[in-house]
Amino acid sequence: MDNILNQIGIENYIFLSVVLFCIGIFGVLYRRNAIIVFMSIEIMLNAVNLLFVAFSTYHQDAQGQVFVFFSMAVAAAEVAVGLAILVSIFRNLGSISIDNLKNLKG
Amino acid sequence: MEMDTNLALLLVLTPFLGFLINVFFGKSLGKTVSGAIGTVAVAISFIVSVLLFNQITSTGKAIEVTLFDWIQISNLKINLGFLLDQLSVLWLLFVTGIGSLIHLYSISYMHDDENIHKFFSYLNLFIFFMITLVIGSNLLVLFIGWEGVGLCSYLLIGFWHKNQDYNDAAKKAFIMNRIGDLGLLIGIFLLGYYCNTLDYKLMYESIHYRATLSDESFTIIPLAALCLFIGACGKSAQIPLYTWLPDAMAGPTPVSALIHAATMVTAGIFMVTRLNFVFDLAHDVQNVIAIIGAITSLVAATIGLVQTDIKKVLAYSTVSQLGLMFLALGFGAYEVAVFHVITHAFFKACLFLGSGSVIHGLHGEQDMRKMGGLRKAMPITFWTMMISSLAISGVPFFSGFFSKDEILMTAFHHSIPLYVVGSVASIMTAFYMFRLMFLTFFKEFRGTEEQKHHLHESGSLITIPLIILAILATFGGLISLPGNSWLNEYLAPLFTKAAGEEHHLGTTEYTLMGVAVVGGLLGILIAYIKYFKQDNVPESDENITGVAKVLYNKYYVDEAYNAIFVQPINALSKFFRDYIETGLSALVFGLGKVTNKIAFQGRRLQSGSIGLYLFVFVLGMCAIISYIFLAQ
Repeated sequence: MDNILNQIGIENYIFLSVVLFCIGIFGVLYRRNAIIVFMSIEIMLNAVNLLFVAFSTYHQDAQGQVFVFFSMAVAAAEVAVGLAILVSIFRNLGSISIDNLKNLKG
Repeated sequence: MEMDTNLALLLVLTPFLGFLINVFFGKSLGKTVSGAIGTVAVAISFIVSVLLFNQITSTGKAIEVTLFDWIQISNLKINLGFLLDQLSVLWLLFVTGIGSLIHLYSISYMHDDENIHKFFSYLNLFIFFMITLVIGSNLLVLFIGWEGVGLCSYLLIGFWHKNQDYNDAAKKAFIMNRIGDLGLLIGIFLLGYYCNTLDYKLMYESIHYRATLSDESFTIIPLAALCLFIGACGKSAQIPLYTWLPDAMAGPTPVSALIHAATMVTAGIFMVTRLNFVFDLAHDVQNVIAIIGAITSLVAATIGLVQTDIKKVLAYSTVSQLGLMFLALGFGAYEVAVFHVITHAFFKACLFLGSGSVIHGLHGEQDMRKMGGLRKAMPITFWTMMISSLAISGVPFFSGFFSKDEILMTAFHHSIPLYVVGSVASIMTAFYMFRLMFLTFFKEFRGTEEQKHHLHESGSLITIPLIILAILATFGGLISLPGNSWLNEYLAPLFTKAAGEEHHLGTTEYTLMGVAVVGGLLGILIAYIKYFKQDNVPESDENITGVAKVLYNKYYVDEAYNAIFVQPINALSKFFRDYIETGLSALVFGLGKVTNKIAFQGRRLQSGSIGLYLFVFVLGMCAIISYIFLAQ
């Protein structure tokens, strides 16, 4: 498999993943809009997926790619539920800022 | 065979049906109908008993009925079955016969009670359990009946449950009986362990087979016999478990007559007679039985001498007579004991019903010091009670004469000291019975004017049972005349040895009879002099002194039991409640409180700020990752 991986090098994939993951983390921590938070989580997820696929190719092992399929399927389901929750929050509070969700406390 | 099963079921289930009807519909049926149903149910059982009796006397063979396999554990097999042989049918006859009479009596006696349907349902239930006890083909069925009659006894003693004293008496009876029942149960277990069966017939074979082997485990038999006797002590009110019976007089008088004089208290004698093949192999236990019987008979008789409550006198007399029966059992003279059970059932039931008639006539007065002169107002009650008193005192040719005489004769042949004890008890019996008669029926009336005004003979529903029982008390002795005993022949198939030793009527026997008669007449004479000639009336409670005071207070046995058993248990309970339980709850509640406190603090973590949650989450993730990398 003389492919793009060899031309770019595995370490660049790792850097990209780390950068994406950090972007995700900071997005989660700093943004107040629930949808942006959501997107940040997706970015983190996909950073991990990318790493999976990269290593899968590097090790010549398809398992990593199979796992990514699962991960994406679960992520899709999670997004569907999460967005549904967001819609209902918006209907109730008229806003989707996560600061408005303080009344969830026990 | 089919026929026998149906008869047996009819016999057992009619009283149970009566119980069900009275318990569910009694209130709406009305008092008389409710009583009539109860009476008819028992009367049907009586008729069936007579049929069975005829069948058994003509064929001479026992009827065995097996309803179904009940319990089967490895090779121990227990049937629910009935054994109708000479002994059980004899018992059935007087249980259901006297039972019917007492039911009839109760219709009138209990008529003013609003819970009369409850009364009859309990009575029917009692008859049901008593029949079960008597006809069971194995010890487990006997045990069911045994517990059942105990329950009914409890319910009926506490029938007037608004009076706390009566409730206490009921509880006392129940608890005392439970102590005995534990003995019975252990005895049953031991026999079951030894014989690998509880069926009487199989047990008999097994024991006789293994007795020939004379192996070590044979020592179980005396132990089992002793445990069974403890059970009998509880049910039949023997020392040391007798104190419940006098207190049981708290129940309505028909109950005292039926349960605490004629039938239930003889269950212990029935059980010993039924298992005679076990007791015959345990001579030491037999000696214990004879001694306990004799002592009980004497102790109860002495207490009876000074009691002033008419029912208490009869109660102690019952304990004393039961003691005499155990005396006979201890000598292996089972047929003699059975004979006395039967005659005693007749005259004691009659005496109790008579005293009930008196109490009824005086509107609940039971103190003999406030009676007197009732002979003219209540002639039927007087004459029937007189006959029964003559019978219990052993005056010749009344039934009690023959049965008591046989017991004393048996005692004489085995042990002179016990014979003396029994004779003294008999003389005392004659004395206190006639003390009762003179105080109640002779001289002037000592009650209030109003009571005197209302004095009258009881109605025919009360007097008819009295008359029938008095006739039986007179002629009951004919079933076992000395030298020519129908009863001994009838019961012979039950016993291993040849129906006791037939006494030849020689000089010794006639002398003994003479001594007994003279003793009885002496007792009557003393009572006559003291309470008729000299016109003594027992002192009121606070004036009783000396020996009489000890006797009047029943040797302080109740107080002693209270001090030895009840108080320490109460103290122990109090200790457990005050210290152990407090400690335990402090521990348990403390744990709860600590958890609660922690949770209360932990609750603050759930601030609701999602930003904070996320921050903590990321921080945690970083911590985990750095730990993993740094640890390597």
